[in-house]
Amino acid sequence: MDIYPKAKQAAVKAVFIVCLVSFGLPFLPEKPGAFSEQVIQIGAVGEDVIELQSRLQHIGYYNGEVDGVFGWGTYWAVRNFQEAFGMPIDGLVGEDTKNKLVRASKYERNTARSQGGGGGGGGGQSGGPSATAVPPGFSQNDIQLMANAVHGEARGEPYEGQVAVAAVILNRVESETFPNTVAGVIFEPRAFTAVADGQIWLTPNETSRKAVIDAINGWDPTGEALYYFNPDTATSPWIWTRPQIKRIGKHIFCK
Amino acid sequence: MLRTVIIAALSLAAIGVGFWGYQEHKEKNAILINAENNYQRAFHELTFNVDRIHDQIGAALAMNSRESLSPALADVWRMTSQAQSEVGQLPLTLLPFNKTEEFLGNIGQFTYKTAVRDLEKEPLTDEEYNYLQKLHEQSADIQSELRKVQHMALENNLRWMDVELALATGEERTDNTIIDGFKTVEKKSEGFSESNVSMLPGNNSELDTNHLAKINAPAITEKQAVQKAKAYAQMKHVGEVKVTESGKGSDIPFYSVYVESKDGAGNVDITKKGGHILSYMNNRDVGKAKISLNEAGNKAAGFLKQQKMEGLVLHESTQYDNVGVFTFVGKKDAVFIYPDSVKVKVALDNGQILGIVANEYWRNHHDRKLAKPSLTEEEAEKRINPRVQVQEKNLAVVKNELNEEVLCYEFLGTLGKETYRILINANDGTEEQVERLRLSEPLYDRVV
Repeated sequence: MDIYPKAKQAAVKAVFIVCLVSFGLPFLPEKPGAFSEQVIQIGAVGEDVIELQSRLQHIGYYNGEVDGVFGWGTYWAVRNFQEAFGMPIDGLVGEDTKNKLVRASKYERNTARSQGGGGGGGGGQSGGPSATAVPPGFSQNDIQLMANAVHGEARGEPYEGQVAVAAVILNRVESETFPNTVAGVIFEPRAFTAVADGQIWLTPNETSRKAVIDAINGWDPTGEALYYFNPDTATSPWIWTRPQIKRIGKHIFCK
Repeated sequence: MLRTVIIAALSLAAIGVGFWGYQEHKEKNAILINAENNYQRAFHELTFNVDRIHDQIGAALAMNSRESLSPALADVWRMTSQAQSEVGQLPLTLLPFNKTEEFLGNIGQFTYKTAVRDLEKEPLTDEEYNYLQKLHEQSADIQSELRKVQHMALENNLRWMDVELALATGEERTDNTIIDGFKTVEKKSEGFSESNVSMLPGNNSELDTNHLAKINAPAITEKQAVQKAKAYAQMKHVGEVKVTESGKGSDIPFYSVYVESKDGAGNVDITKKGGHILSYMNNRDVGKAKISLNEAGNKAAGFLKQQKMEGLVLHESTQYDNVGVFTFVGKKDAVFIYPDSVKVKVALDNGQILGIVANEYWRNHHDRKLAKPSLTEEEAEKRINPRVQVQEKNLAVVKNELNEEVLCYEFLGTLGKETYRILINANDGTEEQVERLRLSEPLYDRVV
């Protein structure tokens, strides 16, 4: 959902950078091509990484996809490059590494893009990373499914309450007494009202996706809750017997 | 004339509506039967699997040869996970059934641990044998209760849709045999769980190893908590402040302080005892990324230093859109301490600290006496699959599956295009963990 605005942003940025480069070139011939001033490190996403990967690929250090995400493959490539060129081996792409890399390799922005953009990409989407960072063990689709559940269950709640619902789903996956997969927990009959009445299939917004990623990264405002309920609408008397931990927004979270 | 036309038209319409209604009714019935059949399948499979669990535990008990014990235990483990998944497909969530699920979970946990162990070198202890025997007896109880319910359901053509309806409307009708049957099962399991806890060998419960639970400092007051939270969040123009106390369901009592300001609203969780910050979360909209991940990482490190959380080094960094998430872990004498981990979230538009999770850190952090490893690095490296190309190596303390801290040699290596983390126990050389490291995934709507 966020891809289009990002692609647009990237396109604007690209035009900007191309202008900059074409203006800047006659005056600063020694400056590294399109690399920005930033130090690039593992985990980074963006144009700089595309350039880095293409350059490393050009001189045979990198054999993965040019996808714009600085992953482990890129990391080892950088380290091997640094070793071969007698630089301190730290896996960080700073000024020194960039200069050496620019001198050793060629980089054609447009060819790299057609590779980086997933084989040219349909619908005029060129440029920008063709991959995205995901937390270990989760796919974008898992995140999407959880975002759907969070949106259906807690879209009127404060942000913290949305992270809390995502955290409860994850706590259940971890727990012995619940199914061991995200889908198993979400689609357990009668577990979530939003699943039962189909509200889970509403299109989630960016906030619920952010909340899910925060929860996966370890934020748990509930203090390891396994259940929550809305005290105004709860039908089961049993749920009231659970030891309560905290109230966030309209929901009470309990063990 | 007009009258006949009207009558004819109306009766045609009536027939039409009737036909449409009949079609709708048929469709609805088809869907209901479909849903009912799914429930029935899960239910009958559940009873079958619990039956088999009981039988196989019995078989494992009767077995004499150690080599065939592992497959029998592995089979029990497989069937418990199936039974758990079937429970998950039945509309029992509103019915207290979690003790039974816990019971199945216990069987699974125990049989898994023993099945993957080399029973040739390390046979079942008497304690474990007794435990297995107990599980055998208890599963017999559960099995017979479930079979009883199943018999009645088959005899009287009971429908799970009625169970669902009864549970949904909150009408606890006394004549619902299925609900009553499951309640009986649950009561039985409740009794087991109490007697089993003390028996399970080598089970370190979470609370035993939780260092937060051991803090003996006096509790801080609400006022102190608010002060700490404000200082922590580093927000200007603080507006509304709200404090919530944790209820009695929380293992570690904490304050939750909500602070509002111009730089976004934040939430800080602080333990009552010791006043440690468990987590902080600020949800403001983040603009376009202006600083690099590297710079943001340095800010995160600076922040931790400022908070007097010393001895931490950056371990992982990831960029999600316009925020960077950094994992710091403890480091002592060139040994990484993975249980002491802290996550920090930094906005890439201005470098503001947007969040921190430190509950893992406070739970595990203590003064460790690191023993010398009895294996050398070369000896450990020999135990790695020779096809893996080792790129980086160091010593690390990790938590194993039994929730114990162990000293390991950590190797980062590549096999083909993938990168793996391999942990070799530094004392006995077992491969504690092998994990594929992955940072990214292709965007699916770009891969056409």
